[in-house]
Amino acid sequence: MADSAPATADKLPKVLAAEKGMVNVQIDGTWIQVPRGTRMIEACKQAEQEVPHYCYHTKLSSPGNCRMCLVQMGMPSRPAPGHHISFGDDGFQKIGWMPRPVISCANTVAENMGIRTSGALVEECRNGVMEFLLINHPLDCPICDQAGECSLQEFSVDHGRGSSRFEEVKVKKPKNVEIGPRIRLDDERCIMCSRCIRFMDEVVDDPVLGFIDRGTHTKLTVHPGRQLDSNYSLNTVDICPVGALTSNDFRFQMRVWFLKETKSIDVNCGTGCNTVIWTRGNEVFRITPRENNDVNSCWIPDSHRLNFHYLHAETRLDAPMIRKGQNHENADWFDAIAKAAEGLKGHQRGEVAIIGSGRQTNEELYLLKRLAETLETDLLTLVPRFEESDGRLVSADRNPNTNGAKLLWATDDPYAKLDAIREGVSGRKIKAIVVFYEDLLGAAAFKATDLEKLELLVSNHLLPNGTAKASHVVMPGAGFAEKRGSMVNITGRLQRLNQAILPPEGVMDDWEIIRDLVAALDHNEPARHLIEDVFTEIVDDVEELEELTLSKIGDLGIQVTETGETIPLIETERGEIVG
Amino acid sequence: MAVIKLKRPKLSWYEHLYLPAIIKGLLITFKHAVISVFGKATGSKELASSGLGVTMQYPEQKWDEHLPEYYRGIPALVTDEQGRERCVSCQLCEFICPPKAITIAPGELKSDDEWAKVEKAPKAFDIDMIRCIYCGMCEEVCPEQAIFLRQDYAMTGTTRAEMVNDKDRLYQLGGVREGLINKWNEVK
Repeated sequence: MADSAPATADKLPKVLAAEKGMVNVQIDGTWIQVPRGTRMIEACKQAEQEVPHYCYHTKLSSPGNCRMCLVQMGMPSRPAPGHHISFGDDGFQKIGWMPRPVISCANTVAENMGIRTSGALVEECRNGVMEFLLINHPLDCPICDQAGECSLQEFSVDHGRGSSRFEEVKVKKPKNVEIGPRIRLDDERCIMCSRCIRFMDEVVDDPVLGFIDRGTHTKLTVHPGRQLDSNYSLNTVDICPVGALTSNDFRFQMRVWFLKETKSIDVNCGTGCNTVIWTRGNEVFRITPRENNDVNSCWIPDSHRLNFHYLHAETRLDAPMIRKGQNHENADWFDAIAKAAEGLKGHQRGEVAIIGSGRQTNEELYLLKRLAETLETDLLTLVPRFEESDGRLVSADRNPNTNGAKLLWATDDPYAKLDAIREGVSGRKIKAIVVFYEDLLGAAAFKATDLEKLELLVSNHLLPNGTAKASHVVMPGAGFAEKRGSMVNITGRLQRLNQAILPPEGVMDDWEIIRDLVAALDHNEPARHLIEDVFTEIVDDVEELEELTLSKIGDLGIQVTETGETIPLIETERGEIVG
Repeated sequence: MAVIKLKRPKLSWYEHLYLPAIIKGLLITFKHAVISVFGKATGSKELASSGLGVTMQYPEQKWDEHLPEYYRGIPALVTDEQGRERCVSCQLCEFICPPKAITIAPGELKSDDEWAKVEKAPKAFDIDMIRCIYCGMCEEVCPEQAIFLRQDYAMTGTTRAEMVNDKDRLYQLGGVREGLINKWNEVK
């Protein structure tokens, strides 16, 4: 360092930046270095100067059609003939400011460029653009679902006029149009930013949306004979800066300002898309994607985001049950755990099998392993759920935590023993089964007649099903939004589930159920009061998770192992040069 | 902050006695008692009192005609002269309500409804009058001129449930209000 210090002192800032592939940009008077080729709007974001915008989206191309992100730009003046380029004391050339504004979303930065995100010219431009955008915008806010998270509302507070100067009649356009099975379109609200069109074209590769007609009559529409029915269609609702596209599922359910946001992850497939769970009181109202450039970019499949209504199903099990004859009777937790433990104690090793689920968290899977060790059985398995990948975000493995099981159980195939167990049950070799989170008659393909032969079936479910019906002890558990824990996705990334709502009254968190069951079987088990206690045990046990805690995982997760698998959408995104 | 030390005022020997001051107070009270027995108390006519001072014999006597125009009584929902429910369940009143007395379940208007283009109407609208503090914020915040505080103030019930005004009751209380801005009407 000592050697290079005098040398760098001689070099101009532009040379220093160029060595790193960067350029110097002055943003509102402050010089910063940004990578060459950065869009001006991104450079402003790095300098923490907000540039209002509608059509620009980080993950999409820049058509530059909303004109909201106008800023003032300047470059060093070209020296007159006979003059030389002169550098100031700070090593920069004097910036010659342009008299007209430029859009910051579709221009890239250059060496010695100056950007002003405020000032008379810029303010005037923004006020003008806002006024034009609002000319034909209906005063729908009281009935518009976007109200509260609408960019148009937000920026009209900063840059809009209090009243309209427009005296003519607003243009009429189609309202409340069903353009897809899950989406409603309101053309009057549309500000022609074309984000949805570009999303369907560039990310989903299914360009069904487009503009028709001209001038003030321009409207968004779906291709004749087609519908906006892609499995990614609801992402257009998220990126719509106004209320033109709204979700049928969330339509008029609740105003967004009442909703509490909890960062969590999706549990419908191995990708583990990062999500935000929006709740009010003890109810989930919607789930939206959260940006994570290593997992799901900014998107999530519709099928995954809408799969939460079962948490509020009327039929949700809300008390432990013990079978008496042909019927089940509600019991309390002590009795249910004691009954299950007593039944398990009465069986030889080799007669008991434990079936977990790839939808369980690491903590639960770890405790299941403890349960298997306590019962001295090696019949511990998950139920496989493999379907086809959609080539974007839905992975072939529909279990979100297969890799977690591989790590915690120290095995390459956590599904290996399922066939043996199934045969053992029909051959009456296995007499007791503990099953968590799975319907054995479903993906596990057990026969109902076989289940009836069992001497003891202890199961854990959210909703009643065939396995619950055949069970001797039923222990209702908590859903994905109701618990905390961690999972490892297909790429080997450890991510965290957070509790957004409380489980129904009378229900215990799944890890607590397994903990109590293990404790009832073996009184020497360590006391585990918090889920952190379980995670600490896991960390001691699994090398890959060394020195981690649940809090250290963070909102974006941590890569803990390499699986060699990738997420197709992220690969495509990394390969693309957007712009 | 500067500390200012105050000294207690020194009382004279006459003030130290206390009794003269008490007698003085009693005399003033007695004077007013005599005046009110003869029906001459201030404001007794305007307030239509019982003739004995300003005290009203509620509920036999009521002050209703004297309520100022801005009096804030029970909040209620209104319909307009076209018979349209004005509330679109935007839930701003629910949000602003300081004691959280308002609970709204938003709903969608059926597509064959006369006002289908308004799209939204409350499925349920409850105001818990045990919670309500009659502050009038709901009326102030309403973008649709749908909720107004009425002049009624007497609301009684024998159970908590009775004190919750539901949607039907609120429209019954509010009735029809004319002369509001009908922004949902077709502009030609």
